[in-house]
Amino acid sequence: MTEALVITGARLLGNDGADILIRDGVIAEIGPGISHNDARVIDADGLVALPGLVDLHTHLREPGYEASETILTGTRAAAAGGFTAVFAMPNTSPVADSAGVVEQELALGEAAGYATVQPIGAVTIGQKGERLAELGAMANSRAEVRVFSDDGFCVFDPLIMRRALEYVKSFGGVIAQHAQDPRLTEGAQMNEGAVSAELGLAGWPAVAEESIIARDVLLAEHVGSRLHVCHLSTAGSVDIIRWAKKRGIDVTAEVTPHHLLLTDDLVRGYDARYKVNPPLRREEDVLAVREGLADGTIDIVATDHAPHPSENKACEWQAAANGMVGLESALRVVHQTMVQTDRLSWTDVARVMSAAPARIGMLAGHGTELAAGRPANITLYDQSVAGEFTTAELHGRSENSPYLGRELPGQVRWTIHQGVVTLADGEIVEDLGARRGAE
Amino acid sequence: MRHLLDTKTLDRESALRILDVAEDMSDTQSREVKKLPTLRGKTVVNLFFEDSTRTRISFEAAAKRLSADVINFAAKGSSVSKGESLKDTAQTLQAMGADAVVIRHSASGAPRTLATSGWISAGVVNAGDGTHEHPTQALLDAYTIRKRRFGADSRGRDLAGVCVVIVGDVLHSRVARSNVWLLSTLGAEVTLVSAPTLVPQNVSQWPVRVLYSLDEALAEGPDAVMMLRIQLERMSAAYFPSEREYSRTWGLDAVRAATLPGDSIVMHPGPMNRGLEISSEAADSPRSTVLEQVTNGVSVRMAVLYLLLAGERNDERGRDL
Amino acid sequence: MSARTVLQQADISRALTRIAHEILETNRGADDLVLLGIPTRGVALADRLGALIASIAQTDVPVGSLDVTLFRDDLAKNPTRSPQPTEIPPGGIDGKTVVLVDDVLFSGRSIRAALDAIQSIGRPATVRLAILVDRGHRELPIRPDFVGKNIPSARTERVNVRLSENDGVDEVTIGA
Repeated sequence: MTEALVITGARLLGNDGADILIRDGVIAEIGPGISHNDARVIDADGLVALPGLVDLHTHLREPGYEASETILTGTRAAAAGGFTAVFAMPNTSPVADSAGVVEQELALGEAAGYATVQPIGAVTIGQKGERLAELGAMANSRAEVRVFSDDGFCVFDPLIMRRALEYVKSFGGVIAQHAQDPRLTEGAQMNEGAVSAELGLAGWPAVAEESIIARDVLLAEHVGSRLHVCHLSTAGSVDIIRWAKKRGIDVTAEVTPHHLLLTDDLVRGYDARYKVNPPLRREEDVLAVREGLADGTIDIVATDHAPHPSENKACEWQAAANGMVGLESALRVVHQTMVQTDRLSWTDVARVMSAAPARIGMLAGHGTELAAGRPANITLYDQSVAGEFTTAELHGRSENSPYLGRELPGQVRWTIHQGVVTLADGEIVEDLGARRGAE
Repeated sequence: MRHLLDTKTLDRESALRILDVAEDMSDTQSREVKKLPTLRGKTVVNLFFEDSTRTRISFEAAAKRLSADVINFAAKGSSVSKGESLKDTAQTLQAMGADAVVIRHSASGAPRTLATSGWISAGVVNAGDGTHEHPTQALLDAYTIRKRRFGADSRGRDLAGVCVVIVGDVLHSRVARSNVWLLSTLGAEVTLVSAPTLVPQNVSQWPVRVLYSLDEALAEGPDAVMMLRIQLERMSAAYFPSEREYSRTWGLDAVRAATLPGDSIVMHPGPMNRGLEISSEAADSPRSTVLEQVTNGVSVRMAVLYLLLAGERNDERGRDL
Repeated sequence: MSARTVLQQADISRALTRIAHEILETNRGADDLVLLGIPTRGVALADRLGALIASIAQTDVPVGSLDVTLFRDDLAKNPTRSPQPTEIPPGGIDGKTVVLVDDVLFSGRSIRAALDAIQSIGRPATVRLAILVDRGHRELPIRPDFVGKNIPSARTERVNVRLSENDGVDEVTIGA
């Protein structure tokens, strides 16, 4: 029996204040002035209440790369960022291309207790792009995998991509493509453009992303299947998705918080905190993806949280790993780039960071509305504060954040996962696994 | 001067200062006793992660002529080849008391990472990083052009109005980049000539003109033609179809060299692919500055080491060059 | 904060004329003389002495310059100095009587550096030192052969030599 909770004075989706009563992991009642009785009271006066955030693109690194992150540390980072569910990308070691590995990930997430971990299965065995993995086995496993991706790598062979798109139709799955033509990006280090020409770093041209997306939306149309595009980063890609949706193609797309804010100018100085795949792009691309997210061409924000140990970032650019951690900062960056610029309301944020990711990933029990009878996955956010982002805000095992030292608005104050508080007044709740196991 | 990492951020005054001090260094090299006591007691480490006998020897000669102690650290066969990181290597050198680190590395930006990391307090000289910059090469090239043009009257002069054509694989050339920035800073007019595949897609912000035809560039009678080495590995990555076609279209053969005006010079950073980007006739003619460039390289590097190490380490200017 | 003038144009002129005579007297004529001025103001002084000697002895005397920056022992204590040109006259210095010319003699370190510089260029038969102003406070066993004026000074005072070729006016001042 989880304790009963009453959240008082929360501004639902940024609108009028109300109280929320939570019992047995479910929202029991919403309204003004709910009586407290035996419930624990959470004073949420002035805080924005959002449905628990859902990240469709996280790298939890376990099994195999526990030096960077584990499912425990990664879900703690998720809770600190207001997330109650994360989809775990399969580029682990061993790769999550079998029922056994995905079930292991699911179990580790349950044991940790901080957030729902929904495994993503690899599209091809070992993510090598040659043979389809046992997608059906993963779909039928306890992990009930519906999203498949070779993220980190592109499913480049058009025939394999076609087969994968066709195959997942049998259980309503979706292929999430990391769009990167490998031949056009061999040895690529940063966005191909004026900055790369100056810095002498091999370029990653926008066309290498756009040409794959263009091909894949046409394939999805041809076979009548669903496609999801990971971490879309260029203006041209937004245009292609817009065209595809107009045509009625069943495609969804995500954008990362860093692509909403950071540009390739930051690579001057060769600070590898800014090294990421797909790379930071131009100012025009940042503005285009913001527009795309605002008008619904881009459906969701997904973090692509990618932890790396310091020795893989404190080195010369070429030797550095790609990736940034992003769970803890995501909501704040979306607040700065989209809410403060009046492109999204909090209702829209709930859609792009909770409802839509859950829907695309077919994750039941998450991304649901803040209404009586719904699962109690709630995030409480203080939009009135601002501060420097420091390592104190990071709760994962790695510190490769591009926002360290930068002013960001807002603060996630409370995260409630299935009625259990995982983040209390800005502090991670300890030993949740043990506690929840005991219930 | 705290570090010399690139010519992009080297202002005109600082560039001329290096060239003028190089004149003084050059003068001392024609004396009975070439050695100067100026950097006695200083330790210069040549940290070469890429093979390069020529540049390393040039820096070594420069340091020794100023009486500095030289330690050569070649990455091959050292702990680096076993995977020791740049950070650990740097901190080892710091612990050994290096005053200056001359670094050549295959990764663009490695010298800047080294200089800004806080791992070492030594001054850093970029001896070539990836495809990014090779500032001392550009400085010795500018010195050579200036010397040929003004002779004994070179001190204090810039290269205003001098037309320089740079020919070859600009995309992958740190020599080209460093020369573009430095020559423009000194007032020269720069034209790049290359196959379209070997020029970066986006050079619209560069202070240069880009031509695909070498003959068109040479018809304008440039003051200096700088040939870049073409790497044959580029052929397999489809940058150009064959050596023969490259040489025919962009090679400085005897016929083309003969069309140059009387005192135009032909330059090459070395090592040359004789018969490919440059013919033997052009390389060995009186207008070729290939050997002077080597000699001038020592003087320029002496000047750089002097300006890096001789004064108080945090002089009032304090900024990186 | 006031600086007082200790030598005016006429004083400087007379001093240089006397030094020119003394050089010729010591050397018993102008044979094998080479004057090397130490930049910056030693160069103008060497030029003037060369002209004076030429008019007295009716024969030209080679005049050049000798930069000592690269031989100094106090480089690390000061902001980086730019060297100045060294011009050795065509006859060289081997076997010659080299007269170093400088404006102010103070610690003697510049002259020590000049002796090192000479050694890297050649082997003169003799080296002598001509100085416009000797202000004392020697730190090395260096002594001038020809002195324009001895000006006792406190260590912390500044002795400034201005010459028309460099500064538009001839004067020597001493002050805080």
